[in-house]
Amino acid sequence: MSPRAAWRLESLGFGDVYEYRGGKLDWMAAGLPTEGTNAKRPRVGRLADTDVPTCRLDDRLGDVRDRTRKQGWDAAVVINSERVVFGLLRAMELDLQADHQVSQAMRPGPSTFRPYVLADEVATYLHDHELENVVITTSDGRLVGLLRKENVSR
Amino acid sequence: MPGEVDREELRRMVEAGAQLVEVLPEEEYAEDHLPRAISLPLRRLDDEASTTLDRNRPVIVYCWDSA
Repeated sequence: MSPRAAWRLESLGFGDVYEYRGGKLDWMAAGLPTEGTNAKRPRVGRLADTDVPTCRLDDRLGDVRDRTRKQGWDAAVVINSERVVFGLLRAMELDLQADHQVSQAMRPGPSTFRPYVLADEVATYLHDHELENVVITTSDGRLVGLLRKENVSR
Repeated sequence: MPGEVDREELRRMVEAGAQLVEVLPEEEYAEDHLPRAISLPLRRLDDEASTTLDRNRPVIVYCWDSA
């Protein structure tokens, strides 16, 4: 839509016209503020726990489990050195054989939400899919945090 | 040919006086828009651009993404 608008403005005699191709999605994905009726409604980026335990594909599952539970968590996010999300270890996966590598045990390609999504929408998703948590990432797949059901339930 | 700006260029240009225009329908603008943006939906552009926008200042348009 914006390319058409930019070209049309030029044809109407505006000489200095630009297009912000990233648009509203890019702006919001960067966590920048917006204005409007939704601006004050809570978004998942701010409600997610950013201190969720993380691990790597080749970590030993037993070590990750011990570390994760010691921190009081029942989930860990599998990331690479760029913090790109590869998988998720929920309670069920954490309890698999300790000698497994994380890559063998994890749930690959978990559903993710962008930080700007409204909390109400994710609360409904978690409820409908009977999930305890969901991963929040930037649009290029980097970990922001883990949103737990209790963070969005009222 | 219209130019392209990224997030940082947009912020700098708006700070320097560029006009920022959301071309999505009004309802979507009402829910969420970038700070300092005005609403000028695509379907009203032909009729209202000349009265709403200043030809002597840069104009940056955006929608959800480049689609």
